[in-house]
Formats: sequence, structure tokens, C-alpha cells
Amino acid sequence: MLRFLFSRLATFFVTFVGVTLISFAFIRVIPGDPIIVMAGERGMSQERYEELSRQYGFDQPLLTQFWDYLTGVLQGDLGQSFVTKKPVWDEFFALFPATLELSLCAIILAIALGIPAGVIAAVNRGKFFDRALMSSALVGYSMPIFWWALLLIIVFSGNLGWTPVSGRMGLLYYFPTPTGFMLIDSLLSGQDGAFTSAIRHLILPTIVLATIPLAVIARQTRSAMLEVLSEDYIRTARAKGLKPWRINGLHALRNAMIPVITVIGLSVGTLLAGAILTETIFSWPGIGKWMVDSIFRRDYPVVQGGLLLVAVVVMIVNLIVDMLYGLINPRIRTRK
Amino acid sequence: MALLNIRNLSVDFATGGGSFRAVDGVDVTVEAGEVLAIVGESGSGKSVSMLAAMGLLPWTATVTADELTFDGKDLRNLSPSARRKVIGRDVAMIFQEPMSSLNPCFTVGFQIREALAQHLNLDRAARKKRALELMEMVGIPAPEKRLNAFPHQLSGGMNQRVMIAMAIACGPKLLIADEPTTALDVTIQAQILDLLTGLQRDAGMGLILITHDMGVVAETAHRVAVQYAGWKVEDQPVKDLFQTPHHPYTAALLAALPERATERRLPTIPGVVPGQFDRPQGCLFSPRCAFADDRCRSTLPPVQPPELGRARCHYPLMAPATEEAQ
Amino acid sequence: MTDMTEAAATAPKRPGRLAEFWQYFSENRGAVIGMWTFGILVLLALLADVIAPHSATEQFREATLQPPVWQEGGSWTFPLGTDPLGRDMLSRLLYGARFSFFVGMVVVVIAATGGILLGLVAGFAPKWLDTVIMRLMDIILSFPSLLLALVLVAILGPSLLNAMIAISVVLQPHYVRLTRAAVINERTRDYVVSARVAGAKLPRLMFITVLPNCLAPIIVQAALSFSNAILDVAALGFLGMGAQPPTPEWGTMLAEAREFILRAWWVVTLPGLAILITVLSINLMGDGLRDALDPKLKRS
Repeated sequence: MLRFLFSRLATFFVTFVGVTLISFAFIRVIPGDPIIVMAGERGMSQERYEELSRQYGFDQPLLTQFWDYLTGVLQGDLGQSFVTKKPVWDEFFALFPATLELSLCAIILAIALGIPAGVIAAVNRGKFFDRALMSSALVGYSMPIFWWALLLIIVFSGNLGWTPVSGRMGLLYYFPTPTGFMLIDSLLSGQDGAFTSAIRHLILPTIVLATIPLAVIARQTRSAMLEVLSEDYIRTARAKGLKPWRINGLHALRNAMIPVITVIGLSVGTLLAGAILTETIFSWPGIGKWMVDSIFRRDYPVVQGGLLLVAVVVMIVNLIVDMLYGLINPRIRTRK
Repeated sequence: MALLNIRNLSVDFATGGGSFRAVDGVDVTVEAGEVLAIVGESGSGKSVSMLAAMGLLPWTATVTADELTFDGKDLRNLSPSARRKVIGRDVAMIFQEPMSSLNPCFTVGFQIREALAQHLNLDRAARKKRALELMEMVGIPAPEKRLNAFPHQLSGGMNQRVMIAMAIACGPKLLIADEPTTALDVTIQAQILDLLTGLQRDAGMGLILITHDMGVVAETAHRVAVQYAGWKVEDQPVKDLFQTPHHPYTAALLAALPERATERRLPTIPGVVPGQFDRPQGCLFSPRCAFADDRCRSTLPPVQPPELGRARCHYPLMAPATEEAQ
Repeated sequence: MTDMTEAAATAPKRPGRLAEFWQYFSENRGAVIGMWTFGILVLLALLADVIAPHSATEQFREATLQPPVWQEGGSWTFPLGTDPLGRDMLSRLLYGARFSFFVGMVVVVIAATGGILLGLVAGFAPKWLDTVIMRLMDIILSFPSLLLALVLVAILGPSLLNAMIAISVVLQPHYVRLTRAAVINERTRDYVVSARVAGAKLPRLMFITVLPNCLAPIIVQAALSFSNAILDVAALGFLGMGAQPPTPEWGTMLAEAREFILRAWWVVTLPGLAILITVLSINLMGDGLRDALDPKLKRS
């Protein structure tokens, strides 16, 4: 396990440097001089240009620039937003809880529905349940989620008026947000209806964001279960006279979880990509909307820093998934 | 009354190329305390017939039989829950690949205790004690340590011992061993066979040994059934079978044993067992049979009386094997 | 021997490889439906010039936001209604199909060619080069695909072509991983060793000996990335970073119609439905391909 951990950490570090290199390269491959872009249409004096150039280190050799950037990143210095003049790092962490809250709700929903659906489909292979579940999963998997979001808004916000169209919290409520998680903060605030408002705001974005991971998890669980159910040890379990729920729910599912965990890890990338669309549509003040807005505002330090931080989040989640994978698969855990 | 009684068992598999009959009209009888060997090449349906009796075949298989009783109970119309009370307790089975037959995600101790928990009314401590006893019985050294080992940490031989411990955990009346030694090293093979026959003798249980190794048969079995392409082609007590095989296929199998070789080159049986797409008309063995004539190639052979080893052949052999081989 | 062949003639014939493939594929009803739908959609896209009642960009100012024909106020002049600028929805959808299929094809070709080449090289290369290539792919895969594509488009400038390039780059690592895994799996097989012993040169070994035996998962991946490409281009278009108005690209159409969602359902529903049906038909086919090509999932 220790060696496994170590090799994963080494890979993590190499990938981290690579990801940093890519985000470093980003601002330098944009056509045109970034400082002139920054100045916008107003233009600037020669002295101001040189001053900014020194400030951002553009007068240094590339290698030195990269070294400075890398050490800066490691100390949490990702530069300043052109627009708000606030450090990118601070902006990211102010908005990250919103994305995290939404993503966690989505992935929990996807797992809680996807794994049982996959198991039920596999056990009833070829029957009505299997066909119905897998057809819906395929539709979900093929869904353009930005359109799906609009449809849900038409039906639930427009026609039925059940859910709000955008944001995280009703305008009537105002309270401090120490954790950044609206569900927790609204409870802490003790204001009547704040918690319900938080939930009502969460429902549609969660459904939209969970759709594809849910479909992927259900499909993967089914095919992993089908594969496992034809293994010799399942025959052994049946030969022992075990009850079907124990064979399917323990012996088979435990083994089928190994590929499913991988897929859950991979869907974190899908989730963050989906968050870009979902947050934009529901005006959810998170990382995805922040990135899209910054791209449109040509706020390059934010795009650069955000790209790096999002990649690091994905990498950390993948690392955690790898560890989980080791925990659930004894063949890796006990390898000396 | 026989312990296990199967009459006219057939198994069909639905495949992409249509239905395939893997077992065709097979009869199996095992008495309490008897060792029956079922012999045949790969693809002869010997494992499938036993898996069918246990109800362990995948959903693509259709099983039909005129009679399928174990210990007086009709297994065909037993409810699933009633069947689970028999399977694993009174009939147990061990398989060819010990490495893949144990669940890689659970310790071997857990898997043995699970069998005990399913069928016997023991508390936690008693289960652990019994598991240790069982592991000792099957000759696993340092059982306390092995109890917490995962299957991939043990050798194939050790895993097969674990499988045997699991199978005999609830004191079965019948143990079905499906090629229990094929995947193991030669030295381990003999140990496992000794273990199985020892356990069989001590407990007085019935044992069905599925194998393709005639040497194993000679050493362990009381009675032998020979299967070919889903047919049972011969059924005799072991001594008689080795002395006077009545079916040409049995004779050819025996002639191929190195101990029996009379010439410098070992005789072989040309060709392979017919598969889904090359089943001959008439006798299934006719394309490979040295004695086949037009009748064999066109008409299904009858089953001969017990005196002729229930041979499924138009022209059963009468003379002792040694002469035939020449 | 003659009897053997005679006997074999009466037994059911072993089907040929292609016939067997078709048998497995057609057994999957969804796959066949997907194939027909896909075929019809391709045909519609090809015949857009003939079928479309109007040009995709012509604006009928007197008929803005006209509903489809079956709804009150609709007319046969605009069977599926008009958008806020008075353009015919049906015509825009038909021409939009061209963009989607074109994008899907180009992306798959670029991503697959590059990915297969890199994967072959990684599979056959010395360890250090293999490591470099695979780490590079890990790095690309660390970025959420849509985000990376967005940023690439931000660098290159928003246009359909740049969106296609960006999506190809993002989809490519999957091909590299698949090809490399398949190559490494095949490389130690006896037939490859014997080809090597027989003196086959490296390029021959790569492309003629090994590659054809790795194709099954790659074909399945191609179907997958075809649908992914369509979805991603539409998403980029929706965010304003793909095809630019007035291009009748489905995602761009959705973005333009967004503010009218509560007033005119058809301007939002129809382009999305077109995307969904197209992607669904491709995914249905992809599933059929996977089942027919992957021997592991075949019934035994």
C-alpha cells in the first residue's frame, strides 16, 4: 500500500508540474501582447508598459518566468484579476464552496440512484426493468444538459412555478455565510424559510448536473455486475446456497464496485465541465460561471489561475479515488 | 434408494448461432458413500450435467430431465429457498479453478464462516472455531494466520484446500468435485486427491469426481461413467471398465494411457469432440471411431444393457481391453 | 473424411465473421433503430438544399416567432414555426444537421488519427517515450474537457473551426490510451512475435500486424466521440464560443433563443430535440457496436 501511495503521489506531482506548465503557457500563446490586451482600448504610455512588463515579469527569460510562476503557485500566488484587482486565489476560494455544494449534491444523487438502478438492471437482465432503466440511462447519457436545464426551467419554474429560475438563495434572506455551503449556512442563520429556499434553489441545478453522471454510473454498474455475475466465485457463492440478495448485493457488488469507483472518479471531470453550463444557465455563483465570465471579459489571469485550480481539484479527486480503489481492491492493498 | 438419481438429463444452451445441446439424455446414479468418476474430454458435457443438477447454470441454459432427485427430494420442482437449504449443505461442489472460484474481495476465513452461517446455527465464536477446525482438517498449516488471508495471497493448492473446507463445512452427503486438480501442480494434485478420498472415507459421503485423467479414475473411483459430446457412452464399476471396456471410445481412451502402451508410439484418438457446427448424424463418435460403418454414421446408437456397460454403441466391444488395443 | 464433410453439411453452418457481426448487431433492436434514425438524419442533412423550404438565414420580418403548423397561428409556410428574427426553424434545423455531422466527422477523424498514431508509438516505443506520451495525456485529461475546449477557443478565437480543433485535442487522449492498452496487450502475443521473428519491420508490425487486431475498442470509441463532439460543439455554441450567429448551428440557435423560452417553446425545444435525437441515435449504434465487437459481453 505504501509503495502504491508513493507511486501515485509521484505521478501526481509530475502531472501537477505539467498542468502548471500548460496554464503558464496559456497567457503566452494568446495572440497579441497580454499587457496591451490588459490595457484594453484606452492604450497606455511607454513607461506604464515597461512598468507593467516588469511587474508581471515579462522582461525575464521564459525559464525564469516559469520558475517564478511555479514557486508563486506553490505559495498560493496566482496573480490578480485584471477586472476586480483581487487575487485570483481569493476569488477562487470565495466561489468554490458554491460549486462544491452543487457538485456534491449532484454526485450523491447520481450514486444513490445510479448504483441501485445498475444492480436492478443487471439482476433482471433482458427483462422489462432492465430495458426501461437502460433506455432512460441512454437518453440521460445523450442529453445536451444545457437544453435539459432550459426544459426543466420551462416546466418547473415557468409553467408550475415550483422552483426559482436562478441563484442560490431568495432575495428576502440575508445572513452571514461562514461555511459557504448555503444548506448549512441557512440552517445556522435560523431564519424561517431560508433552508427551504436553499433547497428549492438547489433542486433543478442538481438534477441537471447529476443527469450524465447518473446515466454513466448506472450503465457502468450494470455492465460491471453482468461481468462479475458470470465469474466463478459467484457460482461458488450460489453453490454455497447463499440468498440472492447476499450474492448480488455483497459478493457481486463488492467486486463490481471496483470499475464503478473509477467511473465515479472520472465523472468529477464531467461534473466540473457540466458545472460550467449549469452554473451559467442558473446564474449559480460558482467556479464555472466565474470562468465563463472571465473568458468573455478577457480577464486572463483569472482564466489562467482558474484553469490551473480546476485541474488541481480534478487531480486531487483522482488521487483520492485511486486511494479508495486501493482500499476496496485487496489485490492492490496487500501488494508489498 | 440412491443418493442422487438423474434420468434422461438434457441441457440446451441458447447461443448466437442457435440452440446447442451440451448434455443429451444422460443418466447418473450415485449411492451413499460411493465414489463415481465421470470421465470425458473437454466439451463432453461432464461439468455441465453436474452444474445442471445443482441448478448452477447461467440463464442461457435450459435443463430438462425425467427424474432429478437427491436424497428423496425432487430437485426439479423445489422452490428456490428450499433448494438453497439443500445446495451447500447436503450437496456441495468444488471447482476446477481454485484461484477464480474464491471471491477476491473477501478473506478466506470470511468465506468459510459464511458457509457455516448460512446453514448452521452457530454463534460467532463457534463459527470461528469450526472454521479453524475445518482448515486444519484439509491440511492448511497455521490456520489462524491464513484465516485473514485473501485468496490471491495463497497458492492454488491452498485455495483448493480452502474450497474443500468450505464445501465440507456443513457435512454434506454428496460432494461434487469438478476437475479439482486440473489447474494444480502435479505434486499438489496427488495431495488434493488423497485429501478428498480421505474425507470421503471418513465421512462416508458420496463423491462425484469429474475428471479427464484416467489415472486419477483408476486410483480413486468405485464406478466410472464415460461421457462423450454430451452423451454418456459407458457406465461400469472401475475394475470392469479397465478390464473390458465395451465402448470403442473408452477402449481408445484406455489405450492412450502411457502405462498401457504396447508400442513405441502412444496411440491417440484422431480428431476432436464435435462442436456446435459439426455434429455428425448418427453416432457422435462415428467420425473418430475405428469400427464405425454406415449404420453408425446414419442411425443413433442404442443404449446396451448393464452387462455391456450401458454402452451407447451399435457394436459394443466384448473382449478385454488389452487385446482390442492391438 | 467424405462422411465428415457430408455430415457437416447437414449441421448448422458456422456464420462468417461479417455475418456474425451483423447477427449480434441486429439482435440489439436499439442499435438497429439507432442506425436507421442516423441514416435518415444524414440523408436529411445531405438533401437540406432540396428539402428546406427556405434559406437558413433569410429573415421574414412579418412572421417572427410564428408557432409550428399544428398550433394556433401556425402555417404551412413555416412548418416548425419561425425564430425571433423570422427565420424558418425547419430550414435552420436541416442546415444545422450538416454542421453537426460535419463537426462530428472532422473531430473523430482528427482525434482518432492523432490518437491512434500516438498510441501506437507509445505502445511500441522505449519506456521513456511511452512515459512522456502517457503523462502528457494524463495532463490533458486533468482538465475538464469542456473547460479546456473553452479556454482553447478563447485563445484561438471563437469560431466553428477552432471549436472543432479544441474538441479534437480534448478527445484525443482517450484514443491514445485505448490504442496503447490494446497494443501492449497484443504485442506479446505469439502471432506478433512470429511476425517479428520473420523479419517484419516496425511500421509493418505496427500498422499491418497489430493495428487491425486493436480496432474493436477504437471503433466503439469513435462512435462515442462522434456523439461527444456533437454535444461539445453545441455546448460551445450555446456559450457563444462555437459557431457564431447567424450560423444555423443547433447550440448557437439555442443560445439565441434563450430569452424566449417562456414565450415560444419551439425555438428552444426543437434545436435541443434535434441534438438529443442525433446523439441518441449515435449512442444506440455505439452500444450495438460494442456488444457485437466485444467478445467478453457476448453470450457464451
